[in-house]
Amino acid sequence: MGTASDIKLIDENGLRIDGRSPTELRPLKIETDVLERADGSAFIEWGGNKILVAVYGPREAYPKHTQDIEKAVVKARYNMSAFSVDERKRPGPDRRSVEISKVISEALSAAVMVEQFPRAQIDVFIEVLQADAGTRIAGLTASSVALAAAGIPMRDMVVGCAAGKVDGKIVLDLGKEEDNFGQADLPMGILAKSGKIVLMQMDGDLSQEEFDQATALIMDATKRIYDIQREALAGKYRALALERGGE
Amino acid sequence: MPKDEAGVLSEIKRNYILKKLKEGKRGDGRSPESFREISITTNYVPRSAGSAYVKLGRTKVVAGIKIESGEPFPDTPNQGVLTTNVELLPMAFPTFEAGPPNEGSIEIARVVDRGIRESKMIDLESLVIEPAKKVWIVFADIDVIDFDGNLIDACTLAVVSALKSAVVPGSTEGGKDFALPVRSLPISVTMVKIGDELVADPDLEEEQLSTARITVTTTADEHIRAMQKGDTGYFTLDEIRKAIKLSSDIGRQIREKHFK
Repeated sequence: MGTASDIKLIDENGLRIDGRSPTELRPLKIETDVLERADGSAFIEWGGNKILVAVYGPREAYPKHTQDIEKAVVKARYNMSAFSVDERKRPGPDRRSVEISKVISEALSAAVMVEQFPRAQIDVFIEVLQADAGTRIAGLTASSVALAAAGIPMRDMVVGCAAGKVDGKIVLDLGKEEDNFGQADLPMGILAKSGKIVLMQMDGDLSQEEFDQATALIMDATKRIYDIQREALAGKYRALALERGGE
Repeated sequence: MPKDEAGVLSEIKRNYILKKLKEGKRGDGRSPESFREISITTNYVPRSAGSAYVKLGRTKVVAGIKIESGEPFPDTPNQGVLTTNVELLPMAFPTFEAGPPNEGSIEIARVVDRGIRESKMIDLESLVIEPAKKVWIVFADIDVIDFDGNLIDACTLAVVSALKSAVVPGSTEGGKDFALPVRSLPISVTMVKIGDELVADPDLEEEQLSTARITVTTTADEHIRAMQKGDTGYFTLDEIRKAIKLSSDIGRQIREKHFK
């Protein structure tokens, strides 16, 4: 986790540095079909995060030796643009983004009905245009919407959400200062309906009780985030229906 | 994870392992929550600043520490630097290839690194030679030389053992050599899910059969310092709670047996 600091992250009223309560999410907005070429796409704004996701496929997996004769391979590529953070980030994959791409790919695989598309590949391109803590779970949340918008059969939606420890307190959805100076970060990916956990990472210092508190906050927020995902997808089809004369 | 030479586990072996597990036993006779035998040989490579040769069942890894002076990161001018790298050597397994690290070895290295970093095992603040200019850089490199599953735990054991025995070459900077200051003892415990069962310290066959993997790294205070879920399957929250409990129990046993 981040370095220790003298910055007070929770005030005497129990409010956080951006005025939120411990159980409050940052503002969250999702839009679908923001790109022309992709089979499905989504744009998410979550706090200061601005992330684009494009889905291509299912299409033939290439190179051929990557094909799985039983199912499709979901291949997410998480990438931070050079201008997404305070200091310019050298373009291209680094060890962090390789790891994040791997865990996001695995989480999405659990939701997509991969067995319907043997030998195929589904590409999910995640581009972080502006980073503001929690990019992997925001990217995961948007990826799920982009996959659904591409019409890819899924068992469930994947909701990404994080909780953490700040000034010794468990709080939902860490902001940038909380991420930098907090004591623990627990990002999770959850299947919305079944509550199954498909992504989980953690770093910092949590007791077992604190872990239970953190997961309770995340599970509760999952419903709220899922509603926003659904609304984004419903909006897409309402617009389509209008185009076709309200049929 | 790579598969064995045949590419897949034979149907007979698969069914045997699954059947045994239903009776609460594993293919090699272990109980679901027990580790294979651990053997740790420290100072295995005396030319390094600290080293350890670890056998976890038939998985074998060598960790070596090198400590050199260098520049700190601009955002942490008053801290030394720790970097962890894992090499899956081609000698360790038929399908391991030489070349730059792939996503598998990067994940292992990063999970091992997180456990050590977040447990504050190394007091990085004590590794400053001249603030903002010169600090000690601790390179932890791990060679995987024989692969039979559960690399994360084998590598964590090896790095922790090597760091514990490491010496900072202070004499090269006009001071005295000193033992690397170590404050805690992180132990990682990896479990995989086979059917609905959680099994600790999976061997290669069990890894191939499993649908999901979870690693929990704890310290002696039984706090969680790092976690990582891997693979395309899922865990329920109850399974994760069970994994955490198991990890802190097994961690305590390993600390008592191998780090007293």
